[in-house]
Amino acid sequence: MGLATFKGGVHPYEGKELSENKPVQVLMPKGEMVYPMSQHIGAPATPLVAKGDKVLAGQKIGEASGFISANVICSVSGTVKAIEPRQVASGGVINSVVVENDGMYETVAGLGEDRDPAGLSRQEIRDIMKEAGIVGLGGAGFPTHVKLTPKDENAIEYILVNGAECEPYLTSDYRMMLEEPEKIVGGLKVILQLFDNAKGVIGIEDNKPEAIARLTELVKDEPGIEVCPLKTKYPQGGERSLIHAITGRKLNSAMLPADVGCIVDNVDTVIAIYMAVCKTTPLMRRIVTVTGDAIASPQNYNVKIGTSFQELVEAAGGFKDEPEKLIAGGPMMGMALFSLDIPVTKTCSALTCFMKDEVAEEEPSACIRCGRCVEACPSNIIPEKMMRAALKGDCDAFEKLDGMECMECGGCAFVCPARRQLTQAFKDMRKTVMENRRKKA
Amino acid sequence: MSKLLNVSSSPHVRSEVNTQSIMLDVIIAMLPATAYGVYQFGLHALLVIVATVVACAVSEYLFEKAVKKPCTVRDLSAVVTGLILALNMPAGIPIWIPMLGGVFAIVVVKQLYGGLGQNFMNPALAARCFLLISFTGQMSSFTLDGVSQATPLAQMKSGEAVDLAAVFIGKIPGTIGEVSVIALLIGAAYLLVKKIISIRIPAVYLLTVAVFVYIFGDHSLYQVAAHLCGGGLIFGAFFMATDYVTSPITPWGQIVFGILLGALTGLFRMFGGSAEGVSYAIIMCNLLVPLIEKFTLPKAFGKEGK
Repeated sequence: MGLATFKGGVHPYEGKELSENKPVQVLMPKGEMVYPMSQHIGAPATPLVAKGDKVLAGQKIGEASGFISANVICSVSGTVKAIEPRQVASGGVINSVVVENDGMYETVAGLGEDRDPAGLSRQEIRDIMKEAGIVGLGGAGFPTHVKLTPKDENAIEYILVNGAECEPYLTSDYRMMLEEPEKIVGGLKVILQLFDNAKGVIGIEDNKPEAIARLTELVKDEPGIEVCPLKTKYPQGGERSLIHAITGRKLNSAMLPADVGCIVDNVDTVIAIYMAVCKTTPLMRRIVTVTGDAIASPQNYNVKIGTSFQELVEAAGGFKDEPEKLIAGGPMMGMALFSLDIPVTKTCSALTCFMKDEVAEEEPSACIRCGRCVEACPSNIIPEKMMRAALKGDCDAFEKLDGMECMECGGCAFVCPARRQLTQAFKDMRKTVMENRRKKA
Repeated sequence: MSKLLNVSSSPHVRSEVNTQSIMLDVIIAMLPATAYGVYQFGLHALLVIVATVVACAVSEYLFEKAVKKPCTVRDLSAVVTGLILALNMPAGIPIWIPMLGGVFAIVVVKQLYGGLGQNFMNPALAARCFLLISFTGQMSSFTLDGVSQATPLAQMKSGEAVDLAAVFIGKIPGTIGEVSVIALLIGAAYLLVKKIISIRIPAVYLLTVAVFVYIFGDHSLYQVAAHLCGGGLIFGAFFMATDYVTSPITPWGQIVFGILLGALTGLFRMFGGSAEGVSYAIIMCNLLVPLIEKFTLPKAFGKEGK
């Protein structure tokens, strides 16, 4: 029997050898820290502090302002310098709390205390997650306490921990699976405490045999938890691909994982849950891979949220030579940056720096209808036809072709021999369609 | 940093395969058949091949120059068209005929409809059919070792037996590139291994022809084998029916396409006036591609039941 996987997908150069053997180092930031009030899907948080206020590490500085929203926690001690709009990785400008780091790292009282989750009620656990500002750290940034509050708790049969890390170059989840697997299992147990009928499955791509071995060993006496090796293929860690690979269940863009009895959380998110519930430590840090051929010494860092990318680059020995492209995230789904004066946010898993921008080297040419995009598409739609609709700006045709099922994984644009900017066009179209729907509603 | 950073939407990496490398692989895959053709039919065959390829490439260059479009000769698609057309020629043809065909293929069939990716018929095959109608005599006079002979398919049509081993190796009269089944299969294997083509269209096409011939012929496997290996079927199934631009992009569409090709080829060969039918079957099915795709669009992931 073959390994669990999904249909379609691509095999980009993995690039993980640059940083996979580098243990996670804790990075202590120096300069100012920037905390955007929107590092998650949903309503931006409301600042709780004012200019001149003293703040401590672990202090809530942004309050969730709606059902789907998340708190923002300060990761250093110091003084609030300003509350002003700042640039974030997406290119947008978001209202942010700027803190001058005093370098003392004074924490709020009680931070880091052990807490036994067994004595907590389900509501208490969810409240702790909410208080701690935990969101999906894999990239989507969906508030975790909302995700873990489905309509019907009893319908949830699987809690899937996403350790696929299919995005090229990224090794942060891998390092955490090797270095702190107990926290992953601990966090997963906390989640399982919320659902009577669920079992936990940790999905890991088979290009990480050591991580598979470590976690398999660790859960061998845990009846409700297993490890599922997955075929190494991009986008194996996409939510729909992962659910299908592990459970055989399928969901489309209009459905939530909970509709098929699943909840998916990224490795680092599960660790954050463990830290919040069992160690009374809110979400103040994340693991970031700093990598790419332009980085002198690629590394994995335990970074305080709010640290600027500039500091990450300096910590990793700076650039070998002037880079041509900087990406927040990995090369398949990451966002290109035009500056390093941008803070690490909750959803930022990597900073990938390339000497050469492959995309700029070749101009798009005519589609030869080779069908590689069709073979690559994990959503089983026809990028070639969607592109025709996109070029005409024809939203109706795009929707008829199930263009809204596109998960923007980038597989089609990656394989296109004519270098057509398929994914890019689909992102635009999807945005337009969604705007039109909102206008109608 | 003094240099400005590049900013673009993801993905930020690309696979190594590009249009030019694909076309080059197709050319490489046709080399065994080309070499065998030159070996068997002599230097004039080589002359036909070179002249046709040059005619295609030059007409593409001149046309694009004339209408001020970006020059696309470097993508090698015109070379592929020229090579396929040349391999579809009898070795003894006066070279101006395939050269005229090359100009027709590139200018009329390909460029006038918008260039690469826009033509609705395989340019080489459309040109071959144009030449077959215009110069029927020269286009259907085949020689082997300097002697005029009937092709295996023509022999069968008139009730004669054919030597299957000779057909497989290629020691038979026919067009330059179609005769050696073994040389064609080596090229086909190369295309399959390099994932340039999928097996769907050729497999379904060949299977359908086999079934058709078995049912409507004299129920003999010998006849089936002769039909599969004789004439242009192997060449057509692997190198022409799989032309990206003029075959369906949907997986099920490719299967439907293969069935239609097989049925039409069988029909033309068994019941038509001429012994061969591959070229006509392919260009007719080319015309059906939009329709086939329309009815074979796959269901999106997670929407299968809806």
